[in-house]
Amino acid sequence: MYILGIETSCDETSAAIIQDGTKILSNVIASQAEIHKRFGGVVPEVASRCHVESITLTIEEALQEADKTWDDISAIAVTYGPGLVGALLVGVAAAKAISFAKGIPLIGVHHIAGHIYANRLVEEMEFPLISLVVSGGHTELVYMKEHGHFEILGETRDDAAGEAYDKVARSLSLPYPGGPHIDRLAHEGEAQIKLPRSWLEPDSYDFSFSGLKSAVLNTLHNATQRGEEIKPADLAASFQESVVEVLIEKTIRAAKQYKAKQVLVAGGVAANKGLRTALEIRCEKEGIKLIVPPLILCTDNAAMIGAAGTILYEKGIFASLDLNGMPGLLLTE
Amino acid sequence: MRVLAIDTSNLVLSVAVMDETRVLGEWTSNQNKNHSITLMDGISMVLNQCKVEPEELDGIAVAKGPGSYTGVRIGVATAKSMAWALQVPVVGLSSLQAVAMNALGYSGGIVPLFDARRGQVYTGLYRSEQVVTVKNELPDRIMLLTDWLMEVKEAVGDESLLFMGEDLHIHQAVIQETLGNQAIFPAPTLYHPRAAQIGWLALQEFKQGKGTDAHELVPDYLQVAEAEAKWLAKQEK
Repeated sequence: MYILGIETSCDETSAAIIQDGTKILSNVIASQAEIHKRFGGVVPEVASRCHVESITLTIEEALQEADKTWDDISAIAVTYGPGLVGALLVGVAAAKAISFAKGIPLIGVHHIAGHIYANRLVEEMEFPLISLVVSGGHTELVYMKEHGHFEILGETRDDAAGEAYDKVARSLSLPYPGGPHIDRLAHEGEAQIKLPRSWLEPDSYDFSFSGLKSAVLNTLHNATQRGEEIKPADLAASFQESVVEVLIEKTIRAAKQYKAKQVLVAGGVAANKGLRTALEIRCEKEGIKLIVPPLILCTDNAAMIGAAGTILYEKGIFASLDLNGMPGLLLTE
Repeated sequence: MRVLAIDTSNLVLSVAVMDETRVLGEWTSNQNKNHSITLMDGISMVLNQCKVEPEELDGIAVAKGPGSYTGVRIGVATAKSMAWALQVPVVGLSSLQAVAMNALGYSGGIVPLFDARRGQVYTGLYRSEQVVTVKNELPDRIMLLTDWLMEVKEAVGDESLLFMGEDLHIHQAVIQETLGNQAIFPAPTLYHPRAAQIGWLALQEFKQGKGTDAHELVPDYLQVAEAEAKWLAKQEK
């Protein structure tokens, strides 16, 4: 069974063909990162314009690379939220148009369900499991007791982890997107600057990164006023250590409480080496099975949408032609 | 040649199926419902009523702007995706020309306009050719209405000007004040775009082999994104 996945929720136009929910036959990603760089962030209107220019070409390439025709495709799975509404609408409009024109069933996929299901393209899921979702827009701990079931144990109360990375990167005058630069710098420095850890209430699985972000900005500001110099690498290392420590402690605590058979990492920040390495060490020590997708499946892509869509296909959950882009769509909807 | 035509570029949503000889069916709504939700069901309904299957279509026509950026994109993304999936040609036409078509046969200048905020309008000057089509005399643009009225007056002299468009009520007073009796305001039944007009224009293009490859079809916003404009301005400093 082959599913066509389509993803346009932010600044990547992507289409993929997935076989049986587990195998990638193609995963074409037209990234706009270079286009948004000069604006210092993703500009929604610019992103939407790019999507509409490249949507059909991207899908065509995905079909060609997979060597499949419309007759082979069982369903079209498209991200319908959350994300930038104008960007989502392009993928949704294209998916609906093709679904109608070719009589192929339509499936609406939640973007974060996609990120979680990127892991199934690496290794089969075993339930119950805990997934740590970390990206530029999300920081969530998700409990899954079976396929297609999501329960949010905790989420960020302010900035997403990736957002904090980008803001700290900006304060260090690093180019956009800042996450990878902080990660790289952190490995060159030492975490010797004291920064807070935001644990919130003892039993909470929620996160908060705005206090940490402010502490970094204050540290920089105070140093400038005193005429002292702070090594950016040390600050990056200290910041990263604080973020990673909180993420890992809460993930491990959830994994233990819910007797998880697996811990999955999902979202763009899963590409962060500091987080990956620290999680690997910790999970091994605790005897918990850890899955982290390769880099290309961590950032936005349509393969993960096809993988998540496969589960909905098997459950017979289809969308109708009035499917709309939902910028604030909840994972549990 | 059987053509599906759609317009979602402004508040009006219109869908039509037609060939060279007649309009098989047309549905137009001015209820400002979300085009993303309504468009595909509208297409499905019109095709159903006309007993036309998607694979029986020979071409797709769409209003490619100017208008609401999101609205234009919903139409263009839908049209190019359908055309590509069905392997038929597609053509994008000016949303202003679609409205001007409603004045087919009018002997003076035809001025369709959409409000573009901050005193600006999307507009152009059209002229009826026989009672078959309307052609651009002054190209589509986004402009301050007051400047536009000066320019258009200079172009046509004392000739009458027919103003049309759903947003006319926002600008009618200024137009009347500037042009007096030279400005004509027709019955409001001519204000909204009709997909059949777009389909008709498209059929002329298809006849001349002018259809676009689906991948190449892009909206015509008539202006760069605001962030882009600011960035460009900064570079010039």
